[in-house]
Amino acid sequence: MKRWIAFWNILLKDMRTYYLKPPNVSWGLVFPLAWTAMFFIRSGTGTESIPTLLPGVTAVSILFGTTSMLAVTVTFEKKTRSFERLLLAPIPLHLLMLAKTSGAIFFGVANAFVPIVMAVFLTDLSQVAWGVFFPAVFLIAVASAFLGLFIAVAVSEVFEAQTFSNFFRFPMIFLCGLFFPIDRLPVFLKPLSYALPLTYGADLLHGAVHGRHIMPFSLDLSVLGVFCVVLFTASLYNINRKWIA
Amino acid sequence: MTDALIVKDMAKRFEKIDAVSGISFRVQKGELFGFLGPNGAGKTTTINMLTGLARPDTGTVRIGGIDCTDNPRAAQHLVGVVPDESNLYAELTGFDNLCFCAALYGIGKTERQTRARTLLETFGLTEAAGRKFGKYSKGMKRKLTIAAGIIHQPEILFLDEPTTGIDVASARQLRQLIADLNRGGTTIFLTTHYIEEAERLCGRIAFIVSGRIVRIDTVENLLQPLQEKHVVRITCANPLTHRRQILSETFPDLTFTVSGQGVIQVESDGIVRVGTLVRFLEDQGAEVLEARRMRPSLENIFVRITGIEAEAMRREKEKKGGEP
Repeated sequence: MKRWIAFWNILLKDMRTYYLKPPNVSWGLVFPLAWTAMFFIRSGTGTESIPTLLPGVTAVSILFGTTSMLAVTVTFEKKTRSFERLLLAPIPLHLLMLAKTSGAIFFGVANAFVPIVMAVFLTDLSQVAWGVFFPAVFLIAVASAFLGLFIAVAVSEVFEAQTFSNFFRFPMIFLCGLFFPIDRLPVFLKPLSYALPLTYGADLLHGAVHGRHIMPFSLDLSVLGVFCVVLFTASLYNINRKWIA
Repeated sequence: MTDALIVKDMAKRFEKIDAVSGISFRVQKGELFGFLGPNGAGKTTTINMLTGLARPDTGTVRIGGIDCTDNPRAAQHLVGVVPDESNLYAELTGFDNLCFCAALYGIGKTERQTRARTLLETFGLTEAAGRKFGKYSKGMKRKLTIAAGIIHQPEILFLDEPTTGIDVASARQLRQLIADLNRGGTTIFLTTHYIEEAERLCGRIAFIVSGRIVRIDTVENLLQPLQEKHVVRITCANPLTHRRQILSETFPDLTFTVSGQGVIQVESDGIVRVGTLVRFLEDQGAEVLEARRMRPSLENIFVRITGIEAEAMRREKEKKGGEP
């Protein structure tokens, strides 16, 4: 019970001090809106293209929302030494880091809902398999948050966190099959695609929205789950090795 | 009396530097233990290892009977830490910061709010309770950081340089609060490079220099060798370094320490005849401004044991922006 009081309060504190701040709320709204508008205008078609664009815009919104926030907030707290206060608390490290990442996961999921809500009003989404779509959104948010954590632990400055995040994010967008099918990628890039967590998330979203997916849902969900566990475990290992050295 | 903390052969090396070299000591329950040394002596590294923020390379640590050797975070529920920098959340108010820190230890909402209010009152911060921590003055920040360190009522409190960088009045107030906390039963492990602070507050003191403990004893025992000594400090308007030889030759029973700033410290096992000494100095062309009998201080002992001049310690103090 005591541990969960700590967990809940860390999450609540992060929501209040970072995620629910007006600039972040507006960024969380504007960013997905901008992506949606950009791809919609670029497609040059009518509202019927929205279901085609929805998986990509949703995934990108989650990816950028979670990784940016978490990489920056953890690095910032480490820099100002307030993170030491959390490390001194009598809660297991994994629970502490779950509390720190939960805010980013919620933020990522909330980001995902901006294009979804827009799409609901603009087009017919009756064919969407929501039972696959929502778990996919959640798992992409978790994997992205843990990727953000992994980046935050690897660097020491806030600007490094941003740079390092982009190093992962931009290639991921173009290689994961969101906007460009994996089977049309050059042969030498295909293995790289399958080494990216977003590839499996994108496949789930594509499958859920318009039924076209290259791997079974169970495989996508399992691989995404494995990515979450590996990224989180690696982050904990790095915290133990670098921050409690 | 039982031991709150037992450290045995604890060592830590950073790349090619031995930050802490096989130190051993015990802190008894209810004790106010001072850890005194210059900057870079290994004080903060020691605290980090004792509180679970760093892993010792070798040695054992027991806190409140819990062996923390393999798991440095095993006794974190027993300890409170006030780091050398105020590291609370700038965006939260004083009250919210205290409540958050209490929540980290699993304290329920009503209880943590009651404790936060009590501590704010004790530390004279009630009026600033609703103000953001980032807007606090340095002294207020230190007070709130100490309050945050004790809100979960730890058995042992680690205070790392608590009065560094704050004004004289706040430092005095903080020392009073630390003494009150200790009187209330909290075991305190205090690191400082202010010799006077350690002398005023601590029962026992360890001197640490270059990662090694060079002496541990009670303040009384540390001062004992100087108690029988007679110490006189003579201040002159002009530097007197060149007169040391002639002084020692003329007064062979006295020991002279001559600084470049015109201060001579005279030590003797018998009474120092100040009049004779002053007349001699004036005959030598010195302009004597003041001659004062000195109470033996921990500073004299520290200089004697560590070989580090008090002057150097003071410079560190000034560099850090602190007040004695």
